[in-house]
Amino acid sequence: MPAIPLSSAPQPAETNPALIRNFSIIAHIDHGKSTLADRMLGITGVVEARNMRAQYLDRMDIERERGITIKSQAVRLPWRTDGSDYILNMIDTPGHVDFTYEVSRSLAACEGALLLVDCAQGIEAQTLANLYLAMENDLTIIPVLNKIDLPAAQPEKFADELARLIGCDPSDCIKVSGKTGDGVEHLLDEIVRRIPAPQGDASAPARALIFDSVYDVYRGVVTYVRVIDGRLRDHDQIQMFSTGVKHEMLEVGVISPEPIPSKGLGVGEVGYLITGVKDVRQSRVGDTVTTATKPAQVALAGYKDPIPMVFSGLYPLDASEYPTLREALEKLQLNDAALVFEPETSAALGFGFRCGFLGLLHMEIVRERLEREASLSLISTAPNVVYHLTLEDGREVEVTNPSEFPDGKIAEVREPIVRATILAPSEFIGSIMELCQGRRGILQGMDYLSEDRVEIRYTLPLGEIVFDFFDNLKSRTRGYASLDYEPIGEAEGDLVKVDILLQGEKVDAFSAVIHREKAYAYGVMMTGKLRELIPRQQFEVPIQAAIGARIIARENIRAIRKDVLAKCYGGDITRKRKLLEKQKEGKKRMKMVGRVEVPQEAFIAALSTSDEGDKAKTKK
Amino acid sequence: MSLSVYVHIPYCVKRCGYCDFNTYTPGELRQGSDSVASVAEGYIDALLDEIEIAREQTGEQAISTIFFGGGTPTLLPAKQLARVLNRLNERFGLTENCEITTEANPDSVDASSLKELREVGFNRISFGVQSVKPHVLAVLDRTHNSNRVGEVVNDARSAGFDSISVDLIYGTPSESVTDFSESLDFALSLPIDHLSAYALIVEEGTKFGAAVRRGEVVMPDDDESAEKYLLLDRKVSTAGFEWYELSNWSKAGHQCRHNEAYWLSADWWGFGAGAHSHLSGKRWWNIKHPKSYIESIKAGGSPAAASETLSQKDQAIEDLMLRIRMRSGIELNRFEKNQLTVLEDFYQRGLFLPDSWKSGRAVLSLEGRLLADQVVREVIS
Repeated sequence: MPAIPLSSAPQPAETNPALIRNFSIIAHIDHGKSTLADRMLGITGVVEARNMRAQYLDRMDIERERGITIKSQAVRLPWRTDGSDYILNMIDTPGHVDFTYEVSRSLAACEGALLLVDCAQGIEAQTLANLYLAMENDLTIIPVLNKIDLPAAQPEKFADELARLIGCDPSDCIKVSGKTGDGVEHLLDEIVRRIPAPQGDASAPARALIFDSVYDVYRGVVTYVRVIDGRLRDHDQIQMFSTGVKHEMLEVGVISPEPIPSKGLGVGEVGYLITGVKDVRQSRVGDTVTTATKPAQVALAGYKDPIPMVFSGLYPLDASEYPTLREALEKLQLNDAALVFEPETSAALGFGFRCGFLGLLHMEIVRERLEREASLSLISTAPNVVYHLTLEDGREVEVTNPSEFPDGKIAEVREPIVRATILAPSEFIGSIMELCQGRRGILQGMDYLSEDRVEIRYTLPLGEIVFDFFDNLKSRTRGYASLDYEPIGEAEGDLVKVDILLQGEKVDAFSAVIHREKAYAYGVMMTGKLRELIPRQQFEVPIQAAIGARIIARENIRAIRKDVLAKCYGGDITRKRKLLEKQKEGKKRMKMVGRVEVPQEAFIAALSTSDEGDKAKTKK
Repeated sequence: MSLSVYVHIPYCVKRCGYCDFNTYTPGELRQGSDSVASVAEGYIDALLDEIEIAREQTGEQAISTIFFGGGTPTLLPAKQLARVLNRLNERFGLTENCEITTEANPDSVDASSLKELREVGFNRISFGVQSVKPHVLAVLDRTHNSNRVGEVVNDARSAGFDSISVDLIYGTPSESVTDFSESLDFALSLPIDHLSAYALIVEEGTKFGAAVRRGEVVMPDDDESAEKYLLLDRKVSTAGFEWYELSNWSKAGHQCRHNEAYWLSADWWGFGAGAHSHLSGKRWWNIKHPKSYIESIKAGGSPAAASETLSQKDQAIEDLMLRIRMRSGIELNRFEKNQLTVLEDFYQRGLFLPDSWKSGRAVLSLEGRLLADQVVREVIS
């Protein structure tokens, strides 16, 4: 029986590094990582069957519902192989494009990684990106084909694909089913055999890598670390390298999979510490923890401040909810070091916040959590990137809100550029290239992963991706394409600001920074959309798109001519009075742009990235 | 003080697709027999009982107008309707020139039934014609044959009705301006004294409303309905009718006094299933389903389903919303200063007639009539 009880397994702080294996699982959303992790928890006996629930490690509802892991966690699993008792630390990594940095830190805490691929679908772009990240970190890769129980499984085809990617023999791929448990015990044995034990100097000053940091309402910030050198002891005073701030360590322990306090953590061990800080920004992913009494001199490599790449204005639908929004953002920030925000006022949308995100998914998740956890209804402006401008007088300006983009006297505009990797069946190559070309992409290369699957690499302006690129890619490829991107710097772009004017009044929420060649199309699209969305008013309302003072597109909303219900007899009177009162209330919720009443729905639909706006009911 | 009376007859042979009135077909009532008359027997009894309730509550008041609406009142034999009229006369008494109207479906009457109606006391009749174009009637899901309309209007004239009205509907999907013009010409060729014309309203919960929601039927542009209204007002005026309410035109002295009672917030009692009543600032409405209505009356209780007492503010809104629709308009001295500013703005835009305005009344101009709801909404906001 390879599972061993926790009590008789090697204990935290007393485990010989030679008996430790640290690994993470690299997988795409839906490829069964959480199911495999659940199965490992069960087989190693750390979670009894009756306590098992699906996706045990994903704590947030939103994670369980969306089937994705946002925050990683580390679980200590005892396992007996070839007659010896080992400790396997499974470090669960986030699985999405926006969290590359967090993934890279999780990987840096491991010696090996399981490359988990659904053998009915094959590898996806994000997985590939993370695989390369693991290979750059010199991790031992164990290729694992999951879902072998599926009728559509093609283990041979994808074993070839994986072997070609990582340079191994197809027979090295381990075939498992997280769902049935088939092959999982063998996989645990292979983790012990193939992944090297951690190396480290037990007598050196303590150095531990923070690979995750989570705010808990009851405990404050829980910091997840991997000890590289030395030892962290219960009640040590610890120090963060990046800030130099010292903290009393209130508790140290391991997760198995509930937290178990321990006397400390030794070389190669993975666990958590609690210091009573209330804000994850004081305990940052990638930072190095050392002890205050005997501090290490050199930090571990690789620490980076999170840099927001995508910005959007968030506004409460109901202006009175502004304080609630502020509180909710502050609360989220306790748990999300990458989220930045500052107050912003829009003439059209009122008081809100300009928020910076790592990427689109990060933005979506934040928005969804605000709406769900604080019961807020929000309007968000179209996402944009950060622009760096040099003005004619030599001044440098950073623009995170398109409405603040200066109207003239600009010498140069620089925009962020990403390297994008797209994996897709080869039949879609033409369609993908057409899309990327239309988004100012430059082809960097293309490789066949297998006979019918291809990896396409482009550099693209991030601003071209943030709007509706991914939806477009998915629809062009019937959902088969996957996308990964990473920032590679900035480039000069021929960018202009397009303003939208209602009856001559600029609507700040609709301003967009756009490549000059696309400005006209944007103007036509936006004015057309608004013409459909804004109800007719008492007077004619021109809708214009303009670059500076030059009008590039124009639509008209004709004045309303008929606004009366034909019938009003005895039985209609009460109903009609109530309708008028309801409409009067509705008028209060209208946003006024000059004299033009714009319903909030129009803002929401016009700002949505999807086609919802186009589907909106035509009122004319 | 005098009282107006509405009597609701909630039965139709067939429900038209666009109609959301409180009406039931014999099939919907599931009482074994298909004959409306047999179903209605108990209903008329209940109406007579409600008259007793009303008499007790209102005290002595003569009735100045009576209006039978539906449903299709003329589905019932005249002698059944007469039982109601007689009881009203016994308990309340009618004023000398009491206006007694019934709505009629052209298909549900003939020369002899019209004569009977006239004999039992009805002196005004309003025919639901809607359109003469078969394809328009088909969209409305109407049954009648428009050739019959001319006959029955002439029959009504021969029977001696004082006032004859027809109802038209415009703005039905598929109806062109020419179609409507033809319906209008036809109506004006008849010996009538009064015309009502309504832009079609899409009501939720109707077959037609569902078809519109599903996109199977597309409602015409409001601008087109506005065109039709202008055409309507022009033709009807030329034919010697004058507007006295947004959707109503009459020859001199033939205004419907019953409807004017609604618009001037007079007292009226609505008898029957789902009927609304108004007595000095209090409104209530009866239980909707005729079967439940009959049962509650039989059990000796009040047939009212719910009521509301109008606040002064409610009354002010209602007065504005109703009177603004009328040719007589509304006195400017009823408004507060900020409301007058709003009205002034509309006046500047030509929504009110200058002569009346100068003599202290807000009376909508032709363009203004088309925007009446907007005016009300802005004034109360």
